[in-house]
Amino acid sequence: MYKIAKENLSALFQKIAGDKELYLPVKNGGQTNYAAWDETVEVDIDTLKTVKSAKDAFFPQFETLYNVKREGKKLDLQQEALKDKDFVIFGMKACDIQGVKVLDNVFLSEPVDTYYAARRAHGIIVAMACHEPEESCFCKVFGLDAADPSAADVATWMVDGELYWKALTEKGEALTASVKDLLTDADEAKVEAEKAQIRAIVEKLPYSNLSLEGWGGDATDVKFKSPVWETLYKGCLACGTCTFVCPTCQCYDIKDYTTKDGIQRYRCWDSCMYSDFTLMAGGNNRTSQLQRYRQRFMHKLVYYPANNNGMYACVGCGRCVEKCPSSLNIVKVIKAFENEGGSKA
Amino acid sequence: MQELINKAKELLANGTVVRVLGWRAGDLSYNPEPAFFETEEDLQKFVYDGFCGANLSKYMIEASKLDGKTLVFLKPCDTYSFNQLIKEHRVDREKAYIVGVGCRGKLDIDKIKEQGIKGIESVEGTELDGPDTLTIKTLYGDKTCSYASAMLGRCHVCKGKEHMIADEIIGESKDTKDAERFDAVKAVEAMSPEERFNFFQKELRKCIRCNACRNVCPACSCRKCVFDSNKFDSAQKANVDSFEEKMFHVIRAFHVAGRCTDCGECSRVCPQGIQLHLFNRKFIKDINEYYGEFQAGADIEARGPLTNYTFDDVEPSIVKERG
Repeated sequence: MYKIAKENLSALFQKIAGDKELYLPVKNGGQTNYAAWDETVEVDIDTLKTVKSAKDAFFPQFETLYNVKREGKKLDLQQEALKDKDFVIFGMKACDIQGVKVLDNVFLSEPVDTYYAARRAHGIIVAMACHEPEESCFCKVFGLDAADPSAADVATWMVDGELYWKALTEKGEALTASVKDLLTDADEAKVEAEKAQIRAIVEKLPYSNLSLEGWGGDATDVKFKSPVWETLYKGCLACGTCTFVCPTCQCYDIKDYTTKDGIQRYRCWDSCMYSDFTLMAGGNNRTSQLQRYRQRFMHKLVYYPANNNGMYACVGCGRCVEKCPSSLNIVKVIKAFENEGGSKA
Repeated sequence: MQELINKAKELLANGTVVRVLGWRAGDLSYNPEPAFFETEEDLQKFVYDGFCGANLSKYMIEASKLDGKTLVFLKPCDTYSFNQLIKEHRVDREKAYIVGVGCRGKLDIDKIKEQGIKGIESVEGTELDGPDTLTIKTLYGDKTCSYASAMLGRCHVCKGKEHMIADEIIGESKDTKDAERFDAVKAVEAMSPEERFNFFQKELRKCIRCNACRNVCPACSCRKCVFDSNKFDSAQKANVDSFEEKMFHVIRAFHVAGRCTDCGECSRVCPQGIQLHLFNRKFIKDINEYYGEFQAGADIEARGPLTNYTFDDVEPSIVKERG
C-alpha cells in the first residue's frame, strides 16, 4: 500500500493525465459531476456523490454511432471510432462500480455492444472508499461494502489529509508503477481504522436494513398485479431525473439527425418515464404513467434479476432519493410493498 | 397540521370533497411527497411542514379531470398558479375546494447540506409555528442552522402572505422576503454580452434534459409538449451539442412568458441546480417595464399583457432598442 498527501494530488492527476485521459469529480456551477481533468478544473473529491453517476464514462448520455454521407448515388458509411486509448476514472464509489457491472451484463452479453466493450477494455477504475456515508445511501442492502471498493483496479481511501492507494489488478499495478515516484510506502493501520469507522456508520444508516424479501426474479406476477402501484405513482411528474442520475439505467434511444449531405446516427439515454419510450409503429405498450412507473421498478427489482442470476439492477446509491422532484424513489416503493402486505406473498 | 387533517376529515365525511390533495409523510424527515388521500385512514400519513414545498396547483390539472371535488392545500404562491390555470382553462374551479395554508417559507434540504451538514437523521423545528432555528441530528453529531438559511431561494423574494384564491384559510403566514426580486436579474443584465453568454452557457451546459423543470411547471400544461414529438428533429432527450445551451430553456421561457407566476418550481427541482427562474424573471421584469406592473395569477380576469392590445403598448422598435 502507498499514500500521497492531499496537496500533492494535483501532481498525481497531472502525471496520470500525461499519457491517459483522466476523468474525475469536478465542480462546475456548484454541482459536482465526472469530467475530464485539466489544470483549470476544480477537482472535488470531498462530495460523496456526483449528481450523475460515473456511468457516462462507459455509456455516455449521447454518442454518435456512425455518419452516412451521400455523394451522388453513393452512400459513404463511416463508423465512429471505438475507444482505443486507456483512460482512468478516478473516485468511483463501490455503488457506482456495481452499476457498471449491471451494465456489463447488458452490453457485454451477445450481441456485444462494441462501443461499450471498447470503453470497458480501456477504462482503469480508481475507486474511493466512502469517507462519510450519508442517509440516502443503502448499498449494504445489495451486499456492497462502501468501506472497501474491491471491484476496482485501484482502491483508495482519504484519511487525515492523505490518500491511501492500493492496486488490486494488473491494470492497477501498471497504473501504480507509472505514478510510483509520487507515492510513498504506507502501512494499512490507518486504512483499517477508516474501514471500521465507515462500516460502523453504514450500520446506523436509516436504509441499511431495508428488506428485499419478496422481490427478485420470481416475483413478476405478484408484484405486477399489485394494487399498490395505483397509489404509489400518483406524485410522479413523469420527468426523467431518476433515470438520468441512476448508475444502472441502461435504456437508450437511437435517432438520426439530418446533416447537410446525409445523416448522423446517434444514441442517447432514454427514460421509461417518457411518453415515447418503446413507442413502435403499432403504438405504445405502456400508455399510462402508472404503467411507466411500475416498469421502472419492476425492471430494477424483478425483470433484471430474473435475467441475471438474481442480481438486482439497483445499487443503493440513493441518487433518486436525493433528486426526485416529488420525493418518490425506489426505497419508498420497496417499503410500500413491505407495509401493504405485498412482499411476503 | 392537525387543523388541516381535521378539515380534510370533515370535508371528506360530509361529502363536500371525494379526495384530498396534500403531502404524505416521507421516510426521511425531509422528503414528504405530494399525494392524494381518499379516506380518514389514509390521512394518518398526512403531513404539513417546511419541506412541503411542491406547488400542488400542477397536480390539480389531472385532479380536475376526475369525478367529484378535490380538497387542495395551497400555499400563497401556489394560488397564483391556480388562478393562472383557471384563466387558461386547465383546472376547473368547481372541482376544487381550496384551503389556503399558512407559510413561513419552504425548506430546501440542499441548502442545509451546503452548510456542511450531512448524514441527516432528523430535522426538527420545521412546522409552521416552529422556532427560528432548525435542530438537525446527524450521524456526525448534532447541528443547528437558522430556518431562513435553509429556505428555498424563491422564499427570499416572496410575493407575499396573501392567498389569491381560497375557500378558506388555515394557519398564519409570515414575511420571509429579505431580498429584492429583480436584483439577480439586474446583475445578469449588468454583464457584458460575452460575460452573459458565458454565464448562461455555463449554467445550461449542466442540463441533463430530464425535463423536471418542464414537468413541474404549472405554465407548461400542454397536453403534449412539442419536445415530446417523435417527428421533431431535435436532440430532445440528449444533452448534446448546443441545443440545450442556446435553445431549449430559452424557448421554454418564451413560451411561458406572461403566464409564468414566478413560483420557482423549475429551480427547486433542477437536479443540476440551474438557476432557471432567472429567464422567467427577466421576462417578468421586462413586461413590467414595457406594459406596466403585471403579476400573472393575481386574479382570473385581467388579460395578460402579451395577449392583449392597448394603444399604450410599447412600440416594437422601442423594445428592440432597449433589448
